[in-house]
Amino acid sequence: MRQARKPVAGVDPKLLVRDAARLLPDPSRRLFLRQVGSLGALAMLTGCDITDAPSSERALRKISEFNDWVQARLFNPNRLAPTYPDGAVTRPFPFNAYYAETEAPDVDEERYRLIIDGRVANKQPWTLEALLALPQETQITRLVCVEGWSAIGKWTGVRLMSFLERIGADLNAKYVHFVCAEGYSSSIDMPTALHPQTQMTLAFDGQPLPTRLGFPLRIRIPTKLGFKNPKHVIGLTVLNNYTGGYWEDQGYNWFSGL
Amino acid sequence: MSMPATQMSRQQDPAHPLYVRITHWINAVAVFIMLTSGWQIYNAAPLFPFAFPASLTLGGWLAGGLLWHFAGMWLFVANGLVYLVLGTGKAHFRRKFLPIRAREVGRDLRAALTGRLSHDDLATYNAVQKLCYLGVLVAGLVIVASGLALWKPVQLQELAALFGGYEGARLVHFFAMASIVLFLLVHVLMAMIVPRSLRAMILGR
Repeated sequence: MRQARKPVAGVDPKLLVRDAARLLPDPSRRLFLRQVGSLGALAMLTGCDITDAPSSERALRKISEFNDWVQARLFNPNRLAPTYPDGAVTRPFPFNAYYAETEAPDVDEERYRLIIDGRVANKQPWTLEALLALPQETQITRLVCVEGWSAIGKWTGVRLMSFLERIGADLNAKYVHFVCAEGYSSSIDMPTALHPQTQMTLAFDGQPLPTRLGFPLRIRIPTKLGFKNPKHVIGLTVLNNYTGGYWEDQGYNWFSGL
Repeated sequence: MSMPATQMSRQQDPAHPLYVRITHWINAVAVFIMLTSGWQIYNAAPLFPFAFPASLTLGGWLAGGLLWHFAGMWLFVANGLVYLVLGTGKAHFRRKFLPIRAREVGRDLRAALTGRLSHDDLATYNAVQKLCYLGVLVAGLVIVASGLALWKPVQLQELAALFGGYEGARLVHFFAMASIVLFLLVHVLMAMIVPRSLRAMILGR
C-alpha cells in the first residue's frame, strides 16, 4: 500500500512553497505567510498530531487507509463523470475554503510561475501565458463537496495527462502533489492524474478563473471530492512518496474518489 | 441463563434463533454509529433548515464523523449481509414477515392503540410488527443503495441515476434515515412496554 509519511526525497515542500512565494507579489506573500502562521497556531491549539492521537482515532485512520485501497480498486480509469448542459451550471458558483472569500490569495498574473519538481524531465517553470497557449478543453461537471453539497461548473483548461506527458513526467510514479499560493496542498494517485477529465483549469464559465475559484490555476478532478481540487496552484511535483495534504493530514480520507 | 445447553435444546425453539439475536445487537451498534456520525456529516451542510444537536453527533467534527461513517458502513453492511443470507436460507423472512394483509394490519393497529394487542407469543409477529420489520428491512436496503450512490456517484453513476443523481440520492438517504429513526422510536418504546421481548432478544426466550 502506501508509504509512511516521510520527507519527500528530492523535494522539500516547504522550500518549494518558499521559492514559489518569492515569485508572488508582496501583498500575496504577506498573506501567504500569515496563513502559515495561523495554521501553525491552529495545529498547536488542536494538538492534531497523528502520533499522539487516541487509539480509536488511530484505528479509524487505519480503516480510512483500507478505504483508500478499496477506492483505488473501484476506480475505473475509463469511467467518465456525468456531464451536463450549459443551462445546468450553478451561477453563481459557491465559494468554499478554510479562509474567508476576501482572504483568497490575489496572485499576480505577470509574476506567476508554475513550479515543476520531482520525477520530471523538464522542470522549466511555466508562465500563465504558456499554459494558456496549450490546447484547452471544456467540461461541464459536478463538484461534490466533502460537506455534502454539490454544484455544477463549466471548467476550461489543459488536460493534466497531456501536460504530464509534455513535461516528461514519470507516468509510472505513484503520486502527483500540488502546492498552492495560500499554503494549501493536496496529492492524488497517478491513475486519477491520467484520467481524461482531470484538468488544469484556467477558466470558469468562459471567463478567466476568478480569484474566488482559484486564479490562475486550479486542478479540477470530477472523480474526486472538491477538497482534492486545489486552487491557486503554484507547484506540481511527481513522486513516489505519500505526501498527504492540508485536509488529509487532519483526517479527511486521502483517496476521496467519487 | 445457567441452564445447560443440552437441557436448553430439549425445550421448545427459542423465540429468536441465535444468529438473529447476534446480528440484532451488532446491528444496534452499527446503526448507532451510522446515525450519530451521519448527523455529524449532515450538520456540515444541512439539507433542511435545521441541524442535529452536537451532543447527538459522533466524531467531534466533520472529518471525525466521516471516519466513523466510512468505518461503520463495513460493520453495518457485513452484518446485514450475514442476516440476509441466513434469513433467506432458513426461510426466516417468509415465515416471520409474510403474508401481510391490509385488513389484519388495520385490526392489529386498532388493537395496539387501544392497548388490547396480545404479546403472549413473542415468536409470532402480529400484522403491524410484520409491516414494521419488513419496512425497516427495505429502509436498510435503500439507505445502503443511496449511500453507495453518494459515496461513488461517478463509478456507480447508474445507481445514482436511479435516485435522480447525486442530489436525489442525498434526499433518499436522508428520508431512509428518518424512517429508520421513526421505527427505532416505536421499537424501543415497545421494548420498554413489553420487557419480556427485550429478554427474548438476548436469551432467546
